[in-house]
Amino acid sequence: MTRAKGRGTRGGLRGWGGVTGMAVACAVTASLTLLPLAHGDGTFGGQSAGHSSASTVPTVAEECEDPEASLPARDADGPNIQKIRKRGKLIAGVDQNSFQWGYRNPESRTLEGFDIDLVHAIAEDILGDRDAVIFRAIPTNQRIAALENDKVDVVVRTMTINCRRIGQVAFSTAYFQAGQQVLAPKASTIDGYNESLKGKRVCTAEGSTAYDALKEKSFGAVYEDEHDGTGQDEDLLTVPNQLDCLVRLQLGEVDAIVTDNALAAGQAAQDPAVELKGDKPFTTEYYGVAAKLGADDLVARVNHVLEDYRRGGADSPWMTSYRTWLATGLPGIPGPPAPRYRSN
Amino acid sequence: MTYPPSGTAPREPGPGRPSAPVTVPAQRRGVGAEAAARLRAAATTEPGRLQIYGAVLALLVVVFGAVTYLEIAARASSADDVVTRSQPLSADAASIYRSLADADTMAASGFLAGAQEPSEVLARYDADIEEASRLLVDAAASTDPATASHKEITTLSRLLPVYTGLVERARANNRQGLPLGGAYLRYANQKMTGELLPAAERLYTAETGRLATDSADARRFPFLSLGAGIVALGALVWMQRRNYRRTNRVFNHGLLAATAAATVVLLWLAVGHTVARAELRGAMAHGQESLDVLNKARINSLKARANENLTLVARGAVLTPDGTRDQYETDYGTGMKELGAQLEEARELADDARGSKPVKDAIDGVSTWQDRHRKARTTDDRGDYDSALQQVIGPEGSTGESFERVDDALERALAHEQDEFDTAAQDGRGALGGLPFGAAALAVLGAVAVIVGVNRRLSEYR
Repeated sequence: MTRAKGRGTRGGLRGWGGVTGMAVACAVTASLTLLPLAHGDGTFGGQSAGHSSASTVPTVAEECEDPEASLPARDADGPNIQKIRKRGKLIAGVDQNSFQWGYRNPESRTLEGFDIDLVHAIAEDILGDRDAVIFRAIPTNQRIAALENDKVDVVVRTMTINCRRIGQVAFSTAYFQAGQQVLAPKASTIDGYNESLKGKRVCTAEGSTAYDALKEKSFGAVYEDEHDGTGQDEDLLTVPNQLDCLVRLQLGEVDAIVTDNALAAGQAAQDPAVELKGDKPFTTEYYGVAAKLGADDLVARVNHVLEDYRRGGADSPWMTSYRTWLATGLPGIPGPPAPRYRSN
Repeated sequence: MTYPPSGTAPREPGPGRPSAPVTVPAQRRGVGAEAAARLRAAATTEPGRLQIYGAVLALLVVVFGAVTYLEIAARASSADDVVTRSQPLSADAASIYRSLADADTMAASGFLAGAQEPSEVLARYDADIEEASRLLVDAAASTDPATASHKEITTLSRLLPVYTGLVERARANNRQGLPLGGAYLRYANQKMTGELLPAAERLYTAETGRLATDSADARRFPFLSLGAGIVALGALVWMQRRNYRRTNRVFNHGLLAATAAATVVLLWLAVGHTVARAELRGAMAHGQESLDVLNKARINSLKARANENLTLVARGAVLTPDGTRDQYETDYGTGMKELGAQLEEARELADDARGSKPVKDAIDGVSTWQDRHRKARTTDDRGDYDSALQQVIGPEGSTGESFERVDDALERALAHEQDEFDTAAQDGRGALGGLPFGAAALAVLGAVAVIVGVNRRLSEYR
């Protein structure tokens, strides 16, 4: 409910945002300081969190020019770091169904992937033990709620940094550049995010960026279940997890999938009969590590971890992890995206 | 009936002889009017009256026999349906329901064990699918295509291969170490709990309803037979009293024999049907009611076990609509609560030590299961997946072990209650055995005896 409201607001904003966005952004130049202020209200957390954050969206979206800019890297302790230290374990919200990003290897029964490597690096930095981690698998549409309800310290789960979300959670600097792309069977007439989607059944994960993109422009694709958001939700076109889309696609219940190209590459790696459509992603997005809004010490600390993670050129931890998990499905990435920091 | 209109001649032929040709004038009149006239004429003389009374009495006894035959034959056929058709069909529907739920549980258990599924889990899954398919074919053959049950059987027959297909895809992907396997397994479970199990439940409910109807039909009081019997007996007594008053003779052997025959049929009818009623009611109250509760309890234990396994398979990929709790864990909790209530009910319904012992075992098993489940959840929430997995599917001290204990206990309880039902229902059916034919034969004998007895009186007028 709340989420739908948020989406609607954002869609509307985009419409006139292009025209007046800049002007409004100038008018509220105090802008970035609003973030801590919003947190200062103390309205975040608990059941009311969704509502409060939804009402904050317009304010944040208006001044949202550079969502990827994060707090400067610092390795100092704060209340959130101390909480993790006291517990002795970092609680990380991850995916267990995203091949090569975060998934449970049925053979070794451990979680593996690019996201998981990063979680281990954060745990090593804060606690001195890369295995001092409690992994909690969370579905796509629960990433924000899990943070707001203090179920996890950080979410490292192919989470896109965007204007809507920076009003709800605090992001680290970007650790990966991705984009939405269409995935369909090799033999399909669908050739990208364009008119070829007309009349096709397109599957997305509930509450995902891909769903928002279709909501904004669907090219006549069918992408909503009749009873979405109710108890009778069919879970056919919008599903709890992006991987459920591949199940529907293989069974012929949907014609195409829209998801991050990174996740899509993971899906294609599990099914040689499907491929990414279109030359490149139709959006540019950055994945960030998310923490609860206001957990500034933790965000700065994660940014510090990321600085180390990127450092070292071809032998950096980032590149090593990339070669292990992603190079096969997403070849040709020369290095991590450059971090951007807020000036204040 | 060839008495002349004013005939008092004692040498006229008695009843039962073939009719002599009627007079020509009589033929000219309408047949009905002529018969009425002759009846009126006959009624004015004692032999004529005797003949009429005799004929009516014989008819009453025959009617009594015929009504008893028809009514009790219908009751006996309903009782036979209970024993040979509707209860077995209800039990089969319960088995279909159980096999499907068990298959889903085994699929999730095997999946959790990793790429190499344990052979006993695979074998049990195969046996479940095989039994469900076989019973569905049987059920389809013995169900009228126009009924709701047949529709459910069609639905189940259509969806079962879809379900097994999804499970095989899940296994193939899991075997290759692909996370897609888990997504397929969750989809298979969605099909099972969302479509197959509800259809199986509706089938079971319909078949159980048919059993209740058949049993009620068999137990319905035979008012018509009893009424006809009382009327026939009353008429016989009245006739003998009339006889006694007119002739001062105490006994007429024929009428006495007829009275004895009618009394035997009436008593047989009353006692036989009362016993049958009591046994059939007992079968429903002590057997079927317990069977119903135990069947539902067993399904809930299976569903709870499947949900417990899927909590580990899905690991939070599916949440309740309000997004605060894990869907599978929530469903587990709901199922266990229902299971607990049903086991309490089953314990109250169990009427002997042999029946309550396995139910108590099941209750103990459930409480251990819940303790172990809580510990496993705590372990998993702490992030120790491997230990949690061992606490759920390990060979000893696991929730799986508790589940097996509960399932075994419920199986024993079900077997006991099925025995109780079978014994009582067969006794009930037996109590009606021979009654329809016995009643018919005795009624014919009684009618003959009436005619013989009345003819004895008539002959005194010759």
